[in-house]
Amino acid sequence: MPTAASHLFKQRVPAALADRDLKAAMDKAQDGFIGKREQAVSQYPGFEALRELGREIKDHTLAHLDFYLDRYERQVQRNGGHVHWARNSNEARTIILDLCKRANARNVTKGKSMVSEEIGLNGALEESGIAVHETDLGEYIIQLAGETPSHIIAPALHKTKAQVSDLFHAKHQRYGFHQRLTEAPALVNEARQVLRRRYLDAEVGITGANFLIAENGSNMIVTNEGNGDLTRTMAKVHIVTAGIEKLVPTLEDATVLLRLLTRSATGQEFSAYTTLSNGPRREEDPDGPDEYHVVLVDNVRTEMLGNEFRSMLRCIRCGACMNHCPVYGAVGGHVYGWVYPGPMGSVLTPLNVGLEEAGDLPNACTLNGRCQSVCPVNIPLPDLLRRLRRRQHETGLDSRYSRAALRLWTALAARPALYRRAMQWGAVAMKRLAGRRGRLRRFPLAGGWTRSRDMPAPAGSTFQTLYTLYKEGRRR
Amino acid sequence: MSDHAKPPRVGLFVTCLVDLFRPNIGFASIKLLEQAGCEVDVPAQQTCCGQPAFNSGDYDATRRIAKQVIEVFEKYDYAVGPSGSCMATMRAHYRDLFEDDPPWLERVDRFGERVYELLSFLTDVMGVARVDAGFAATATYHDSCSGLRELGVKQQPRRLLESVSGFRLQEMDDSEVCCGFGGTFCVKYPEISARMVTDKIAAIEASGADTLIGGDLGCLMNMGGRLSRLGKPVKVYHTAEILADMAGGPAIGEVDAE
Ligand code: SF4
Repeated sequence: MPTAASHLFKQRVPAALADRDLKAAMDKAQDGFIGKREQAVSQYPGFEALRELGREIKDHTLAHLDFYLDRYERQVQRNGGHVHWARNSNEARTIILDLCKRANARNVTKGKSMVSEEIGLNGALEESGIAVHETDLGEYIIQLAGETPSHIIAPALHKTKAQVSDLFHAKHQRYGFHQRLTEAPALVNEARQVLRRRYLDAEVGITGANFLIAENGSNMIVTNEGNGDLTRTMAKVHIVTAGIEKLVPTLEDATVLLRLLTRSATGQEFSAYTTLSNGPRREEDPDGPDEYHVVLVDNVRTEMLGNEFRSMLRCIRCGACMNHCPVYGAVGGHVYGWVYPGPMGSVLTPLNVGLEEAGDLPNACTLNGRCQSVCPVNIPLPDLLRRLRRRQHETGLDSRYSRAALRLWTALAARPALYRRAMQWGAVAMKRLAGRRGRLRRFPLAGGWTRSRDMPAPAGSTFQTLYTLYKEGRRR
Repeated sequence: MSDHAKPPRVGLFVTCLVDLFRPNIGFASIKLLEQAGCEVDVPAQQTCCGQPAFNSGDYDATRRIAKQVIEVFEKYDYAVGPSGSCMATMRAHYRDLFEDDPPWLERVDRFGERVYELLSFLTDVMGVARVDAGFAATATYHDSCSGLRELGVKQQPRRLLESVSGFRLQEMDDSEVCCGFGGTFCVKYPEISARMVTDKIAAIEASGADTLIGGDLGCLMNMGGRLSRLGKPVKVYHTAEILADMAGGPAIGEVDAE
């Protein structure tokens, strides 16, 4: 597992907020994603019903996951492939490294896979002297820049076009591309030319999975670049990495989720490439790998299956929650400090790396609920974040300051008479403090508020005090 | 409702922010509810809905407060308050606290059905279609998150605002995007909150409106406080104040001239 830097969240926020390139990139990306999704959803009248169906399919599969995993494994074996079970990232890396070594791999091509990020695969392969070539354009860009993904479907979302142009100009010279390109199509074309050679060199191709289909052992991946197809067909060995929650019972079920996925992710009715791979090349097949392996990763998934976070396993990794999250939009994906950013990452990261490490993530949220409202499988993300706060509170991991403030407030709230007096006292005190300005530019204990906002002064009497007078007046 | 039926008895949940910062919203709520034919009472035993504790993960403390709220308010036909966020806590979330306590869960559910945010209560339950009020302004409306997403408050306030004479609604872009308040969020993550409210102010300004209206005082204080810090002339009022024709005094965060 890659080491987490989630404990640095608060520390890294100011720099992220001050980064103008980041702001430009984030604003553009979020506007684009939000608008496209909205349009796609409005053009699909039954979208809410489809969402409900998607949720049901996922819940049903999760309730019988053992059955479907077993069925899937048998189907893959019938198709001539192999299924490997990895309890954690370490086991997953070992399995994949062994497979690569057996194939005498020097070069590996990779399609986009967040699970491979989760298990820290690239680093492990490179340490063993195997060159890893990311083939998804976004992944390729961040690999070239030596960075990590900041978004689960658009890994280089945080970069502006100008930054990509600089990067390619600096790094592509050695392949004979000396001209600085500034237009997107030209940049894409140059990357294509560099990548094309990689497919020919690679002994192993590694892809992720969008859906693993139990009834026939198929793996479905969706891409817009076709890189997944080349990755899986050109190399002798195709390895699929996936979390165990990727299972769906039937091809029909996968198509329901596919309709939800593409609309929620990029606002497309259908992605440009939807690829099914079933196993190694059969005699009658024109192409395909000699070997086909699926590495199923657990990490904390079985644990989640049995606790209050099960609904998070419905996630189909569309990215809509982060696209619509104002906090993610403000700070970008990197400050979250681990593999998965945004709302879904704020749930998954603490569950994977611990609340000690990632305690800020569930708190850095206004619980505004927009994420859940666009989540194609209706995951109650705000509720899950609140449940993480509860864990934090119950294990004493919340800050001492906020504990004390909370205790004071709840003690007051439980004593109505005292509460009324305290509020009245507060109303008078704050009005005095504000003086004739009528607002507070500074206020004890509320520095966070007054640094960027005034605090309106109370009128000097609470509602309850005035209401008592008002009632007396009415009686008279 | 027929004229002969007994008027519904409403317990007004004032909310702690209105109690402390803006009593006018409480009185405006009383006026609107009475105009709609309700018998209004404001129990003195009320304090807070428990949301600060709930959102901080302290379920035990919230449970204690929730029981107190229910004991005070369940005797009314309805519990109504001028805040989407407090009323959503009571209506939608109290039940999360009693998952393991069936007798209380039943009581919570019976109570929850009768909890309403003010504007949706007036329109959806009492059938109010228009008000007798005047307020000359070009105003923009911010949809506070809890009311919008947890209680479905969207068209109700707009419909009533349309009947205010002299009032023109000018929608802003992204009216459904969070203003960055988020209760304790705004003091725990002040920089992120500041960015969010700054973006919100930009949207308000771009709309060209001279007045900002909303249904949750927390959000209004957040946006109003930022407007005031930036020296912007936009005035801020709670929907209830406009509808009750009680927006004659200083706006939220504005200096009282007396
Ligand atoms: S949580 Fe929902 S919205 Fe977010 S990535 Fe997963 S499926 Fe998409």
